Amino acid sequence: MELIRPEVFTPQEADLAEGKLINSFVENYTSPYPDPDKWLEGEIRRNIMLLPVNMAVAWARQRSIFPLIFGTACCAFEMIAASGPRFDLSRFGMDIIRFSPRQADLMLITGTITWKMATAARMIYDQMPEPKWVIAVGACAISGGTFRESYSVVPGVNSIMPVDVYVPGCPPRPEAMIHGINRLQAKIVKGTIDNPNLALK
Amino acid sequence: MTIAVNTEETGKKIAEAIPGSVISSDKGSLTVDSKALAQVSGFLKDTPGLEFDYLTVLTAVDYLDYFEVVYRLVSLKHNQSLIMKTRVYGRDNPAVPSVTGTWRAAYYQEREIFDLLGIKFDGHPDMRRLLLWEGFAGHPLRRDYL
Repeated sequence: MELIRPEVFTPQEADLAEGKLINSFVENYTSPYPDPDKWLEGEIRRNIMLLPVNMAVAWARQRSIFPLIFGTACCAFEMIAASGPRFDLSRFGMDIIRFSPRQADLMLITGTITWKMATAARMIYDQMPEPKWVIAVGACAISGGTFRESYSVVPGVNSIMPVDVYVPGCPPRPEAMIHGINRLQAKIVKGTIDNPNLALK
Repeated sequence: MTIAVNTEETGKKIAEAIPGSVISSDKGSLTVDSKALAQVSGFLKDTPGLEFDYLTVLTAVDYLDYFEVVYRLVSLKHNQSLIMKTRVYGRDNPAVPSVTGTWRAAYYQEREIFDLLGIKFDGHPDMRRLLLWEGFAGHPLRRDYL
């Protein structure tokens, strides 16, 4: 991905470069990423046993998620409430909410993503170290919501990055967000060391 | 709250000072010829008794036959307000003189109107898109956009 360096550009040139980048996003990120679990039959999913090393690592990963704040709209307030004392996200091993993508492994997309913001979102996603997971919170992040037909809104954040868990609602309650994180933990438990996103491959 | 000035009287005053500039002035608003916009805005800002020194809102409306640019002016000294309009015909390359020389507040709002409605403001120091990105096709707030 090409970086924009504002100090060597005039504002006009920076705008042109940014516009080119955004247009390349509009052209290239059109179809959603396939669901990684799709190839698994329900029968296989229930009957395969994991290796002990995998289990230990997955268990440790499950209880030490560092979430990254990426609040772009009103769903962010539900995330703030969920991490506050009343709903207390720290019960699930997420004591430290990170503001740097380099130190985070869970990206909570809370809110509408416009095409202008999509470049930043994808850049932050690329900066996060593996293993990494994404939760799309709220109708806008899942499908574009009421703004789906709009000229400036990404129709579903799974067009620009793979998403693990979808939490519906407009906005969802903090309990729903915590339930979504629990579902993600259930998914992480099934993962392997070398391929945490593709369970049981 | 500000008090709305009598638009008909103000329209007469402007028509006396700058002949041919006022197209119509009814109870609510004042419609001005876009060619005389710079003179009229200067007149409204500097004339004693009017002194509209603050531009609160600059917006535009698409009526399909023409675009109407709407200026809402406030005089902080006399606590009064005025709505001034100007019309621009044609959809391919509509242009209106800029009022950034008179009211600096018009800078970003003119850029926004250029971005969303495609009305160009002649004399604006930096006529670029404000909200959408460079290379975006069309102007989305126009009624024939979709």
